[in-house]
Amino acid sequence: MKQPAPIHLRLGLALVGMVTFVALLALVWTPYDVTLLEISAKFRPPSPENWLGTDQLGRDVLSLLMAGSVNSLAVAFASVGIGGSIGTALGLLASAKGGWVETTLMRLTDLGFAFPALLFAILLAAAFGPSLSNAIFAIAFINIPIFVRVARSAANQIWTRDFLRAGQAAGQTKWRLTLDHILPNIAAVLIVQATIEFAVAILAEAALSYLGLGAQPPLASWGRMLSQAQTLMYLAPQLAIYPGLCIIITVLGFGLLGDGLRDMTDPRLRQNRRPQSRRRQARP
Amino acid sequence: MTLLRIQGLTRRYPQPRQKLLRARAPLTALDDVSLTLAPGETIGIIGESGSGKSTLARLIMGFERPDAGQIFFDGDDLATLSARALRHRRPDFQMIFQDPFSSLDPRRSVGWSIAQPLRARRARRDSATISQRVANTLERVGLSASDSDRFPHEFSGGQRQRIAIARAIITNPRLLVADEAVSALDVSVRAQILNLLMDLHDETGLAIVFISHDLAVVSSLCDSLLVLRQGRVVEQGNAQGILTRPRHEYTQMLLSAARFSATANTPWLSEQDPQP
Amino acid sequence: MIQTKTLTVQIGAAQALRDISLSVSPGQRLGIVGESGSGKSMLGLALMGMLPQEAALLGQITIQGRDMTGANDAAWRALRARQIAMIFQEPMAALNPLRRVGDTVMDPLRQHLGLSQEQALNRAIALFDETGIQDPQAKIAAYPHSLSGGQRQRVLIALALACNPKLLIADEPTTALDAHVARRITDLLVRLSRNRGMALMFISHDLAAVARTVDDLAVMYGGEIVEAGPVAALLSTPRHPYTQGLLAARPPLEPGHLRRRLPVIPGTVPGLADLPPGCRFAGRCPVELPICATTRPPKTQLKNSHTAACHRLTTGTP
Repeated sequence: MKQPAPIHLRLGLALVGMVTFVALLALVWTPYDVTLLEISAKFRPPSPENWLGTDQLGRDVLSLLMAGSVNSLAVAFASVGIGGSIGTALGLLASAKGGWVETTLMRLTDLGFAFPALLFAILLAAAFGPSLSNAIFAIAFINIPIFVRVARSAANQIWTRDFLRAGQAAGQTKWRLTLDHILPNIAAVLIVQATIEFAVAILAEAALSYLGLGAQPPLASWGRMLSQAQTLMYLAPQLAIYPGLCIIITVLGFGLLGDGLRDMTDPRLRQNRRPQSRRRQARP
Repeated sequence: MTLLRIQGLTRRYPQPRQKLLRARAPLTALDDVSLTLAPGETIGIIGESGSGKSTLARLIMGFERPDAGQIFFDGDDLATLSARALRHRRPDFQMIFQDPFSSLDPRRSVGWSIAQPLRARRARRDSATISQRVANTLERVGLSASDSDRFPHEFSGGQRQRIAIARAIITNPRLLVADEAVSALDVSVRAQILNLLMDLHDETGLAIVFISHDLAVVSSLCDSLLVLRQGRVVEQGNAQGILTRPRHEYTQMLLSAARFSATANTPWLSEQDPQP
Repeated sequence: MIQTKTLTVQIGAAQALRDISLSVSPGQRLGIVGESGSGKSMLGLALMGMLPQEAALLGQITIQGRDMTGANDAAWRALRARQIAMIFQEPMAALNPLRRVGDTVMDPLRQHLGLSQEQALNRAIALFDETGIQDPQAKIAAYPHSLSGGQRQRVLIALALACNPKLLIADEPTTALDAHVARRITDLLVRLSRNRGMALMFISHDLAAVARTVDDLAVMYGGEIVEAGPVAALLSTPRHPYTQGLLAARPPLEPGHLRRRLPVIPGTVPGLADLPPGCRFAGRCPVELPICATTRPPKTQLKNSHTAACHRLTTGTP
C-alpha cells in the first residue's frame, strides 16, 4: 500500500539539500575571500579561476553567492525558529485556556497580521540601526501571528478528541496534556508550516537587504548583491541574474518541500491516494 | 449510603447569534435532573440523540460545570471543588468513551495510555511498579501483558475498548461512567465487552453509570434506569419495573422500537469456552 | 433482475468477497447482514460498479439480462440511477451543504430525464411527498443543515428514486439514526418497494432493522455468504454457528434476563489478510471440526430456499 514519496517532495528535498550543503561548505571554505577587494580585477567574465566571474569590486561572484547562502539560511532559521516558537507557544496557550485568553490573543494576532512587516522593519532600523539581527527580529515578528493561528486551530481540533478527555479524567493538568498529547499530534502541521515560512523568510531577507535594512557590508547577502547589481543592469546583467537564481532555487526548494510534507500529513489528501483505507464504524 | 447524588442538575449552552442585536435563548441541554447511586449500583441512562445524556456524563466527570444543581460524589460537591481538588479526586471516578478510535492517542503506546492515571498522581511510584500494574490490568481486561508496548492502530475496535477499560480501572475507581461504550462495536464483540463490564462490576463492586441509546444493552447491565428526553427525566426507577410496566408513552415507544423477538435455537452456544 | 455467480473481489492477495452467488428478483426485498469486515459494503459497491481501482472482479454480475462483469465506466453510468440507485449511512455527508436540497434532487431529473425546470420542480415535490417529507413545497428550498437526520435520509431516498430505479441498494441507511426514526425509515423503504414494485437490497449490521424490512436474508462473514433464506426460517432455525452466535449475542430485552452474562462468539473478526483458507469462521467456531480449517464447506440446501455453508450439515453431526 505504501506509495513512493511524491515527485515534488523529492525535488524539494534535493534542492534544499543542495543549498544547505553549499552553505555548510561556505562556513569552512569559499574559493576566494569575499572581503578581499581587487578593483583591477573587476567585471571579469567566467574563467577557470573565477567560475562565475567577478563583480564591480573584483570579488569572486561564486564565493559571494556561497557566503550569501549562509546568511540567507541563518536568517531564515533564526527568524522562523524564534517566531515559530513564540507563535506556537501562544497558540497552544490560547487553545488550552480558551475563554477571554483565547479571544484576546486571537484579536492581537489579527492586529499582528494587519501590521505591515516592512514598516516594522523600517521602524526597527530607524530605532536601532539597520543590521542582520534586526532583519531577523522583523521577520520573526511576522511569523508569530501565522504560527499562533496554525497552532491554535490544529490544537483545538486535537482537544476535541476523546483521549484528551481521558487524560483529564486521569487527573493531568492542561499543561501536561498539551505537552503529552497536543504538541506531538500537531508537530507535523507545524513542521510543514515552518518549511513554507522558510521560503517566505528567505525572500523577506533578500527584500530587506535589497532595501539596505538587512545584512550590512562587509557581510555577503543575495539581496544586497541584487541591489548593487541594479545600477549595473546594462553593464553586467549577470551580477543580478546569479543571486536572483539562487533565491528562486532556494525558495522553490523549500516551497516544494513544504507542499510535499503537507500532502503527506494531510489525511484527506492521503485518503485520495489510498482509497478505502478505513471505513466508518457503526454509530448510534 | 450514597456514592453519587445529583440534584436539580441543569446545563445550558449559549446559541450562536443569528441577528446582530438579539441574542438567542440558550439551549437547555439538561433540565433539573436528579438521581442517586449507591456504591456498587448500576444505573442506565437512556435517551436518543439530543436527550442530554452525554452532557450528563461530561458534568459527572467534571469536564464541564453545571449552570444549576449539585453533583455530590462521596460527600463532595464536584461542581464547587477547585480544579486542583477535583484532580485529586479523579482516581475515584473514571470514564470510558464511545469511539475507541478517538479515545486513545495514536502516538502513544498502549502501556503509556493505561499508566496515565497512575502517573498523574503525586505519589512517586517507580516505573517497575507502574509497569507491573499495567501488566496486571491488561490481563484483567482479557489482553496480554506484552500488548503494553504496542500501539492503538494494531488493535481492533473491541480490543481498543478493552484498553480504554484498563485505563479506567487501573486506579480502582468507585464509579465508572460509560458513555455509549459499546455502540461502535460489532454485535459479537459488544457481548464480550458487556460481559467484561459485568465481571468487573461483580469483582470490584464498582458503581456504573451506563449511558446508551440502546435499551436492550442498558437493561442487560443495570439495576435501575433513567429515561431522558430533551434534557428532562421522563421516567426513572427500577429497571425490571420499567421494562415490565413502562409508564410514560415515550418509554413505551423506545421499548417497542427496541424489542426484537427472535427465538434462536442455539443448543451448542454457551457461556463457556468452546469445546474442542 | 440482478444476479451474481461466484462473484469474487480480489484486493491484492486478499479476497474481500469470495464466491458470492445471489439473485434479486423484481420487487424482492433482500437483507445483507454482517459485522464490519464481512464484505457487505463491498458487495453493494460491486453491484453499483463502484469498486476501488485496485480491486479485481472475478465471476459474473448480470443486471437485467446484461452481463456487467467486464463493463466499462460508461456502461455502469448508464445503469446507475435509472436501474440501480444507492443510499448511504451518513445522510449529511452525502448532501452538498451549500445547495438547497431541492436543487440536488432536481439535478438528475433534468440531466437524465430531460425535464424542464418547472417539470423537475413538480416532480421533486412529488418525490418529497412520496418519501414522507412533510410540507414538501417548503422543504424543497431548505439547506441540509436545517433538516433532521431522518429528513435528510428521506431527501436522499427521494434523490435515489428520481429516475425510477428498479433496485435500491441501502447501505446502513438507519445506523446514524435514533431507533424510532430508523424504524420509520425502514417502514418507508418497505412501502416504497411495495408501491413501486422496486427491489430493495438492505445492507446493515443491525439484524433487527433488517429483519423487519426484508423477506429474505443473507448473512455474511469474512467475504462469504454463510447462510441465506427467508427471514422467518433464518431467525427461528439458524443453522450456521455464526448466525446462531450472532442471534444469541444480542442482549435480550426481557425483564427475566437482566444482568446475565451473554453468550459470546470468542475472538475477533479477522482482517482480510488473516482469513483462514477453509471455512472462514474456523478458529472462532464453537463447534469446529478438524476438516473446517482446511476445506471450504459446501452450500447445503435446507428447507425451501434456506441454505447454509457448514461442514456440520453435511457430516450429519449437528
